[in-house]
Amino acid sequence: MNETIKPGRSWRPSRFKPQSILNTLGLLVLAIIAIGWAIPMLWAFAVSVHPPDEPLSAANLWFGSHPTLANYAQAFEIAPFVQYYINTMIIVVGILSVQLVTISLAGYAFARFNFRGQNLLFFLILLQLMVPSSALIVPNYSTIRQLHLFDTLLAVMLPFFGSAFGTFLMRQTFKTIPRDLDDAAKMDGANWLQTLWNVYLPPARPAMIAFALSSISFHWNDFLWPLVVTNSQNSRPLTVGLAVFTQLGEIGAQWPLVTAGTVIVVGPLLLLFLIFQRQFIESFLHSGLK
Amino acid sequence: MSSFIRLPKSLVVVLALAILVLGLAACAPAATPTPSAVTLTFYYPVAVPGPITQIIDGYIAKFQQQNPNIKVNAVLSGGYPDTLTKIQTTIKGGGTPPDVAVMLSTDLYSLVDSNAIQPLDDYIKAAGGDSFTSDFYPAFLANSNYQGHIWSLPFQRSTPVLYYNKDMFQAAGLDPNKGPANFQEMVADAKKLTKTDASGNTTTWGLEISSDGIPYWLFQSFVIGGGTNVVGTAANKVTFDTPQVAQALQDFADLSTQDKVMPTGILQWANMPNDFVNGKAAMIWHSSGSLTNILKQAKFNVGVSYTVGEKGYGAPTGGGNIYMLKGIPADHQAAAWKFIQFMTSTDIQADWSINTGYIPGRKSSMDTQAMKDYIAKVPQAAVAPAGLQYAGAELAAHDNAQIQKALGDAVQAVLTGKSTPADALKTAQQQADQILSAFKD
Amino acid sequence: MTLRPRASIARTERRFRFGTAALPYLLIFPTLLFVTVFTLWPSLRVVYDSLFLQNQAAQTPQFAGAQNYTALFDDPAFRQVIVNTFVYVVVTVPLSVLLALVLALLLNQKIRALGLYRLAFFYPAILPMVSAATIWLFMYTPGYGLINVFVEFFHMPSQNWLGDPNLALIALMILGIWKQTGYFMIFYLAGLQGLPHDIFEAASLDGASTVQATRHLTLPLLMGTTLFVTTIAVVNAFETVDQIYIMTGGGPNNATAMLLFDLWQTLFSFLDVGKASAISVILIVVLLVFTVTNFIYTERRATYE
Repeated sequence: MNETIKPGRSWRPSRFKPQSILNTLGLLVLAIIAIGWAIPMLWAFAVSVHPPDEPLSAANLWFGSHPTLANYAQAFEIAPFVQYYINTMIIVVGILSVQLVTISLAGYAFARFNFRGQNLLFFLILLQLMVPSSALIVPNYSTIRQLHLFDTLLAVMLPFFGSAFGTFLMRQTFKTIPRDLDDAAKMDGANWLQTLWNVYLPPARPAMIAFALSSISFHWNDFLWPLVVTNSQNSRPLTVGLAVFTQLGEIGAQWPLVTAGTVIVVGPLLLLFLIFQRQFIESFLHSGLK
Repeated sequence: MSSFIRLPKSLVVVLALAILVLGLAACAPAATPTPSAVTLTFYYPVAVPGPITQIIDGYIAKFQQQNPNIKVNAVLSGGYPDTLTKIQTTIKGGGTPPDVAVMLSTDLYSLVDSNAIQPLDDYIKAAGGDSFTSDFYPAFLANSNYQGHIWSLPFQRSTPVLYYNKDMFQAAGLDPNKGPANFQEMVADAKKLTKTDASGNTTTWGLEISSDGIPYWLFQSFVIGGGTNVVGTAANKVTFDTPQVAQALQDFADLSTQDKVMPTGILQWANMPNDFVNGKAAMIWHSSGSLTNILKQAKFNVGVSYTVGEKGYGAPTGGGNIYMLKGIPADHQAAAWKFIQFMTSTDIQADWSINTGYIPGRKSSMDTQAMKDYIAKVPQAAVAPAGLQYAGAELAAHDNAQIQKALGDAVQAVLTGKSTPADALKTAQQQADQILSAFKD
Repeated sequence: MTLRPRASIARTERRFRFGTAALPYLLIFPTLLFVTVFTLWPSLRVVYDSLFLQNQAAQTPQFAGAQNYTALFDDPAFRQVIVNTFVYVVVTVPLSVLLALVLALLLNQKIRALGLYRLAFFYPAILPMVSAATIWLFMYTPGYGLINVFVEFFHMPSQNWLGDPNLALIALMILGIWKQTGYFMIFYLAGLQGLPHDIFEAASLDGASTVQATRHLTLPLLMGTTLFVTTIAVVNAFETVDQIYIMTGGGPNNATAMLLFDLWQTLFSFLDVGKASAISVILIVVLLVFTVTNFIYTERRATYE
C-alpha cells in the first residue's frame, strides 16, 4: 500500500475523476444523514440547558420553556470536574512525555544499531500490538496492587510508558534518514545522544506529532483501565468521573443534569477539535499509514 | 559543524518537566496528622444526586469539632459495586483498607468471606447493648447479623414504595387517599387507570414496574407481599423455587401480558419517575428516595403507598450500612467507632434523610423537630418509614452478585416471554445451589 | 567540506562502536521493561491463573486444570456472550466499513461546505465512548428519546430499545457504527485522494461509466485501506465495553453481554480471578487468531500485487 498524502493539499477533490456520482438528490440525502450524525450532540447541548424542574416529554424535548445554566452549576457542585480535568491532563501529558523518550531511544537503537538478538527483541516488543492492554486488566491490576500504586495517577500511566506502536513508527522514520548525516555527525565527534537529538529527531517531528495526537486521544478517552485502578478524585480522569456521575441512579435519570455533565466533559474537546480539525485528521491518517 | 558538540539544553528541560509530572502523579495527597491525632479514611459511595459531598463534609466538620483528636478523610469512591470491589481487592492484595466505609447492607457475607470487616458487638455492648440497638428499625438491622455477631449499622436505607397520581385516581373513581391494599386491588385499580386512544395505542399505563439493573429488588416486593421471601437467615441458602415465588413471578409477568396495564418487556428504572411525572404512568414502584425529585417535577398531587403482593403490603429493604474495616490499628478502631456512632446518631440520620430522601436508620429520628417540620411540609415522607413494619430482608447470600444475577436473569427471562416462572426459577435455584454449595454456612 | 582519509573514518567508527557495545541494549531497555512487565509477563500470567480456582469460595488458589474453561463453556450465559460478541463483530465491521466507503465516495466531490460534512461524520470519533454512550442512553429512552421520536415520526410504535432482548444489541451496534464510521471515512478520503488520475481518464475515454470505474478501478485500488480499517474495526469490536457499562450492564438477560465486559464483570463483580483469567485467555486467543490470519492474508496479497 503506497498511498501518499501531501499535507496541505489533502482536501481538494481530484480533477480527473470519473463523472460525478452526486446529483441534487444524493446531496440532499447526504445532508440529511449528516444532520442525523450531528443530532445526538446537538440534542445533548439543548437538553443540558433544559430547566431541571420541567420533565422531559415528547412535547418538551429541547430547550424547555426557559433555558438555564442551573444544571451546569449543580453538576460542578456534585462532581469535581475541574479535578478530573487536571487528572486527565496529567495522565495524558505524563504518558506522552515518557513515551516520546522511550520510543525515540528504542527506535534509534533498532534503526541504527546492529546487536545480537535485535530481531527477537523487536518481535517481543511488537507482541504488544497483538495483545491489547484491555485483555490484561486482571494481571495488570494485580501488579499495580503489588506496587502499592492503587488510586494514583501513576497507576493509570504506567502500563503505557513503553509503546510498541511508537517504537515501530520511530524505527521506520529513522530508517529513512540518510546514513551520511549520521556519519557526518560522528566524524564531528558527536556521541549517540547528540546524534539522536540533532540528526534524527528533527526530521521525525511529523511522525512524533502524529504519534502524540494518537496517544493523547487514546488515553484521554480510555475508560476501563482507569476505572479499574482509580478509586477517588485523586486520580480519577474525566471518563470515569462521568461514569460515576451518571451512576446516580437511585432516584431515576435526570437528563438535563447528566447531559450538562457530559457537555462539561466533551465540550472543550470538541472545541479544540473544531479549531485544530486539519491537524487532528492528518495525524490520524499519518499514524495509520505504515 | 561544532553545533554537534553542544549539549541539548532543551532536552534537559523536557526531562525535568517529565520528572515533575511523574512526581505529581505518584503522590497521593496524604494528611499529615499531628502527633496525638488519628486520621480516619472514610469511603462512601453516592447513588443520589445532590450536593452529597458538601453534606458529608459538613457532618465531618461537626464531628471533628466534637472530637479534636480525630481527623476524617472522606473519599467518594464511586458506586456501591466499585466501593465493595476496591475494598475487597485492597485487602486481598495486602494493602491498607479504609477505616470506615458505607457499603450495601447485603454485602455482609461477601465482606465476612474476604475477612474485611470487624464485628461491632463489643462496641455496641459498651454503648448500651439492646437499649442501643432497639432504636434502630429491626427491618434495617436484619441484614447486619451473621454468625451471631452484628457487623454494621444502617446509614442510608430505602425501600421500594408505590407512587400514585392522586388526580388520576380521583378521575377514575378511586379513593385518592389510599393506595391498593394487595395485588388484586392493584391490578383492578390499574385497569381503571389505563387509557387507550382511538387507534388502540395506550396513552396512559395504569402501572409501571421496572426490571433492568437489579431486577430481584422490586420482584422481592411481590414475594414478601405474598407472605414469603427468597432468602432466610442462612447465608448459604436461597429459596427461589417454590410455588409462592413462582406465583409472584407469574403475577409480575401477567401485568403486561394478561392484565395489559403495563408495557411489555424490560422497563428501565431510570425512566420510571419521568414517566410518572409526565402522566404516562398512573402508578410506579420506585425507591422511597425518589420522593423529593418526583415532588419537584410533578404538577399533580402525589400519593405514596406501599408495594404489594398477593397477601398485602410487602417490600425488601435496600441501601447502605456503615461498616468498620478489619486490620486497622487499635487507636483507629476506637476513633472509627466514635465516627460510626456519630453518623448513625439520631440528629445526623434525620438531617441525612431530609436532605437525601433516605429513610433514617433510627426510629427516634422521626421524632426530632427537624423531621417533624419536614413532614409537616412533605407529609408523603412519613409513609416509607411507617411501612417498615411490612418490610422483609433483602436478598443476600455468599457470592451475592452472582446469586442476585441468577434471580434477576430468571425475572427477565419470564418478563420477556423466554421462559415460564417454574422453569426460570428452577434454573436460578440450580445455579444458586451450585454456587452456594462451596460455603459451609 | 574537507574529506578525511578512509582509514581515519574507519578508526573513528571502530572506536565509537567498541565503546558502546552495550548502548543499544540500554536504549531499548525502558521500552522492553514496560512491555515485559505490562504485556509479556501478564500474558503468561493469565494463562497460569486460568488453571486455578480463585473466587469467593476459594480465597486461596487451588489448581483446577481446565475446570474454569469447561465451566465457562457449560454456562449458557457465557455461550450467549460468545454469540453476542460474534454477532456484534460480524454486523458492525462490514456495515461501518461499507458506509465509510460510500460516504467517502460521496464526499470526494467539489461540494460546498465539505468541511462541515466531514466534521459532522468525524466528530463522534474524538468523543470518549462513555460520553457518547450516555447521550445515546438518553436517545433510546422510550417515548421521548430522539430515536423513538424519529421512529414514531414514521408511524411505527416507540420501542423499548434497551429493554427488549431482541433490540438491545442492535441498539448498541447502531451506536458503534455511528461512532466509528467517520473515522474510517477519513481514511478512505485520503486513499481516494492518492489515486492516480490517469487511469480514470483512460477509463472514461474508453467509455466506462462512473459505476464501472468505481467497481473495477477505485475499489481494488482501495483494498489496502479497506484491509486496514477492517482490522481496526474488528479489534475495536472485540474491545467493546464502555457502552455496555453505561447503557445496559450486559442485559436484558445477557442480551448485550460481550467478552470484555464479561471479563470485567467476572473479576470486579464476582471476584472470580480464575474465571476472569480464563476469559482473558479466550479473548487474547481470538484476537491473536484474527491478527495472524489478517497478517498472513495481507502478506500473501502483497506478494501477488
